[in-house]
Amino acid sequence: MTASTQDLYAGPGESPADRVYTAMGGDWDDIAREQAERADETLVINMGPQHPSTHGVLRLILECDGETVRSIRPGIGFLHTGIEKNMEYRTWAQGSTFVTRMDYVAPIFNEVAYCLAVERLLGIEDKIPQRATEIRVLMMELNRIASHLVCIGTGGMEIGALTVMTIGFREREVILDFFEAVTGLRMNHAYVRPGGVQNDLPENGLAQLAEVITWLEGHLGEYADFCNENPIFKRRMMGVGIQDLTACMALGVTGPVLRSTGYGWDLRKTQPYCGYETYDFDVPVWDSSDAYGRFRVRLQEMWESLKIVKQVAERLEASAGQPVMYTDPKIGSPADLAVGPDGQGNSNEHVKHIMGQSMEALIHHFKVVTEGFRVPAGQAYVPIESPKGEIACHVVSDGGTRPYRAHMRDPGFNHLQSVPIQCEGGMISDVVVAVGSLDPVMGGVDR
Amino acid sequence: MTEKKIADAAAQVPPAVPQAPNPVPAAPSAENPDPALPEQADGQPQRDAQPVPTRGGMWTDGVPDVSGYGRLTTEVAQPAGQPIPEGSWMVAAAERLNTLVPGSISKAVWDRGELTWFVPRERLIDVVKALRDDAQLRFEFCASVSGVHYPSDAGAELHVVYHLQSFTHNRRLRIETTCPDADAHVPSVVATYPAADWHEREAWDMFGIIFDGHPALTRILMPDDWVGHPQRKDYPLGGIPIEYKGAVVPPPDERRNYR
Repeated sequence: MTASTQDLYAGPGESPADRVYTAMGGDWDDIAREQAERADETLVINMGPQHPSTHGVLRLILECDGETVRSIRPGIGFLHTGIEKNMEYRTWAQGSTFVTRMDYVAPIFNEVAYCLAVERLLGIEDKIPQRATEIRVLMMELNRIASHLVCIGTGGMEIGALTVMTIGFREREVILDFFEAVTGLRMNHAYVRPGGVQNDLPENGLAQLAEVITWLEGHLGEYADFCNENPIFKRRMMGVGIQDLTACMALGVTGPVLRSTGYGWDLRKTQPYCGYETYDFDVPVWDSSDAYGRFRVRLQEMWESLKIVKQVAERLEASAGQPVMYTDPKIGSPADLAVGPDGQGNSNEHVKHIMGQSMEALIHHFKVVTEGFRVPAGQAYVPIESPKGEIACHVVSDGGTRPYRAHMRDPGFNHLQSVPIQCEGGMISDVVVAVGSLDPVMGGVDR
Repeated sequence: MTEKKIADAAAQVPPAVPQAPNPVPAAPSAENPDPALPEQADGQPQRDAQPVPTRGGMWTDGVPDVSGYGRLTTEVAQPAGQPIPEGSWMVAAAERLNTLVPGSISKAVWDRGELTWFVPRERLIDVVKALRDDAQLRFEFCASVSGVHYPSDAGAELHVVYHLQSFTHNRRLRIETTCPDADAHVPSVVATYPAADWHEREAWDMFGIIFDGHPALTRILMPDDWVGHPQRKDYPLGGIPIEYKGAVVPPPDERRNYR
């Protein structure tokens, strides 16, 4: 063992560390003894990117003094897949298929944010069929419940409350079954398209929705029973990951984290889109600015979402049979798909129409499918309230058939910046709680 | 002996800490513009952005146009927008900002219900400070910073787009600033909006825009030793032609594509 103040590994111009040990093997005891005599217990710990409680591939570099976190630095980019670049080489309609893979826990919100932006560029915001908007609201609110269940469930699991996770995924599965019946897939739906939604609800869709509502009404209360007054749960969550309103403003933090500071900012109320101003619901807030407050906000938001789901179910009953896709044949893709005999989605009516009845319809179909539609030049940014906070798509068009630039503003990307402010000075074990309460999904963060 | 070996190894290993891409000079101010900037850029009003001035035919460049539309030329311009409604907050806010920071708005575009102010980069720091701090403006929140690369917009190839939100007045605003590719420097707004930290790192990573005054401008999504900036339009995708049963499929960026 050698110990010196000369740092062989310092870069040019870098000041050397105050003490450098070079281990030669068999000398660990000497190093430990000398370090103990110096009473310097700073440890650098690398947490992740493969760590069960960092929500996917998040890397945290912690500098600890004993168990107290002195400094923490999040490292991201391990799930970067170049979706934004890929979208520049696909048509506008295909963009939906890409954005749905960003924040894969709340895919419907990515799709809606993207489609609303494209629709604004096309200038067809007012012409989206009413029923399409209602279905979007239904899917978004169910997705909000599912996303909150994942957040509460995995957050609970990370502090040892395993039951919260098992029941959370049980409820989520009911919602995902409904999604599968409507879109064909549990996730990665690509269901919301520019101009409307890909297809109408299935024949028994509303009946299945009623079952989902009944199930959720019966089971959502369990989380409050398990957690709200659970002393272990409260002691792990209360006073942890504190971030006040000023810090939220400065660091661009929205969603339940912002609302847990007592500020009821919800884009569904303040800048309504998709007709949210016509639904009756409240924006829950909490005033503790900590992880427990965020948990309570999410819990209450699930009930509010369920309220919206019930209202939209009534409207969908009334609007049955109306179109779910913008009817301009130059933009809208055929939206009357059904499950064919081969198990694939197709539309016999549409095929009959274009092949046997209308040459123009065939031309439109061919143009829309091979070439895509053109979007007038310009740029748009439409923010919506996702379960995590403000999600928005900044799309730029050069008048062509493909996005010139598409950038997703994901709330998790902003929220991870606030990990240091929440964790520095706290305990290592609280890092896990704080990160869980931010609810980052790395697919959306890294894109 | 052993120590000598270690010293040799250390000499060959590159420094563990990635080097900053460029020395970060101090942020320029309106009174004292960055001396590194070309002189003609100082205070000069920006031109209208022309992302793709003209385009011909139906396909992307580089492939023979066999569509019959090969001689068709289309002009594409960024939308000039609609006239800003008289008496709206947008008129008052622009006047207020011009009082606080003279010459701050080179162009205002009101298009599709969204307001964009084009701001010369020399004024950016003062503009965002005024936007955040003035009671009549009060844009407390920077939601997003994204880069856009317009290779044909000569002299302003790289655009930086800031999306601001005022909670106090419930308004949204887009600030756009540009820099030439040869001098890809834009002052960092992190001192005003800490939320822009990672967004600016992403814009550096993806577009090679250098944000002067940023506390730690390193790559964020790509690996530290990556070469190039992937979301630039001139970034090679690196595909190879694939031959299948005699036919050749070119790589994605060379494929014939409608536009």
